[in-house]
Amino acid sequence: MDIVAEVLKKSAETAEKYKPITVTKHLDLEYDVGSLLAVDKNELDTKAINKNKNDYLLSLTRDNVQLLLNKVWDLPTERVDETVVVRLPPSTFVLPRSKPVPRPKPLTKWQQFALEKGIKKKKKPKLSWDERLKKWVPLYGFKRSIAEKEKDWVIEVPQNADPFEDQFEKRKIAKQERVAKNELQRLHNIAKAQNIKIPRTGLLNPDVSSSKDLQAAVTVARSSTASLGKFQDKLPKEKEARGISAITPGASRKRKLPPVPATQEKEENLAVLNSILNKKPKLDIEKAVNRQINQEETERSTEKKTRKPGGNKINKSKGGKKPKSGKGKSAGRKRR
Amino acid sequence: MKRLSEERTKILFEKLCKYIGSNIKLLIERPDGIYCFREKKDRVFYVSEKVLKLAETVGPDHLISLGTCFGKFTKSNKFRLNITALNYLAPYAQCKIWLKPSAEQQFLYGHHIKKSGLGRISESTEKYQGVVIFSMSDIPLGFGVAAKSTAECKHSDPLAIVCFHQADIGEYIRAEEDLL
Repeated sequence: MDIVAEVLKKSAETAEKYKPITVTKHLDLEYDVGSLLAVDKNELDTKAINKNKNDYLLSLTRDNVQLLLNKVWDLPTERVDETVVVRLPPSTFVLPRSKPVPRPKPLTKWQQFALEKGIKKKKKPKLSWDERLKKWVPLYGFKRSIAEKEKDWVIEVPQNADPFEDQFEKRKIAKQERVAKNELQRLHNIAKAQNIKIPRTGLLNPDVSSSKDLQAAVTVARSSTASLGKFQDKLPKEKEARGISAITPGASRKRKLPPVPATQEKEENLAVLNSILNKKPKLDIEKAVNRQINQEETERSTEKKTRKPGGNKINKSKGGKKPKSGKGKSAGRKRR
Repeated sequence: MKRLSEERTKILFEKLCKYIGSNIKLLIERPDGIYCFREKKDRVFYVSEKVLKLAETVGPDHLISLGTCFGKFTKSNKFRLNITALNYLAPYAQCKIWLKPSAEQQFLYGHHIKKSGLGRISESTEKYQGVVIFSMSDIPLGFGVAAKSTAECKHSDPLAIVCFHQADIGEYIRAEEDLL
């Protein structure tokens, strides 16, 4: 009897020391055991918080941790090296990012163009069979260049070309030019992506420059005189390049004219009009000839009208009829 | 809406000069107030100062038209007269062509004028000069370019084209949506 009482007393003591593993909650917690997360949606006891914040939060946390651990204990356990181990399921809770989503990489000029035009990249095979060499040639790399050299061991001199020109050298230079241009474009793309202003390169090579570049070069060159191109003549249909007004001080910019009083505008218009009217040639030959013809015609018609009664009678009797054959010697057509 | 640049004013006046000659002065210097030319979206409008001031209160996006549209500048910076300019061309026209009633319909459908349809032509019309077309009862019908001078007209055959069609009042129906 004594022993029983002692045991009961001991267990009561331990029960007092350790809190119970069952916790009752109004609303069940939401668990994500994979990331060891429990979300308590129950209302906080404001009274208890006001009374003793720390103790309340501590006890609340203990209860919730107890519930979470209960869930963990529900999982199948293993024993590894004398320790109880649990394999956690994959986590379901989506953690928000700590950093903003990275921006998409700015497109290169070509990519942008291809996107606009709907050009899709075609996949090329890495190796292709060369009929002439009878072997597989890679798309690029040193083996490709060896193969090219092998293939083009001789180049035909094109017609109208200088026979003493080295065609191999020419081809090499063209390749170098293309590579350099590509590199320049790559750098341009980087500069564009990082919004860096790059100095103008001017005209690089007439073979690779676009018509736009050429036009810009012409416009800049024309304004590059001491008088900012004021006295430089223009070709009849020459247009000024756009977007370079910042570096061509002489270039006329399209700008809205400043408002002026109406009377002044009227005078300006009249001045323009007078310059046009004065420019017209004083003597228009065609007009003069036409007038002359017109005058002669009217004269003739009036003459006819006045001559009708007297003069015509004589005429009619004399030459009105056709000359008949045989009557006069000189008149009429000769017959054979 | 902006003022015409000097270059464009010149182009406009050169064009008008072909039709009304020095009478353009009467368009600029009017006794009933000041009139001026304004440009919006390459279209040229002839407006009185009073209307212009009212039109300036309208935002550029909402303003479609003001005054009378004279025509528009093409992309290659040439000026094309619209039929709406006829009101101002007809009274000041220097060279006129009167159409026979039978040829009126043909012209109003946008065809060139043949010699057979020619009722009357003003004296001393030059070749390729701008002419205003009237009906026999002096109603302005449109304008065009003389294909032949007056003297040449007299001797041409009846099917020869006398005047090239440019605009006619039939456009008010045919090209209603393009006119401003």
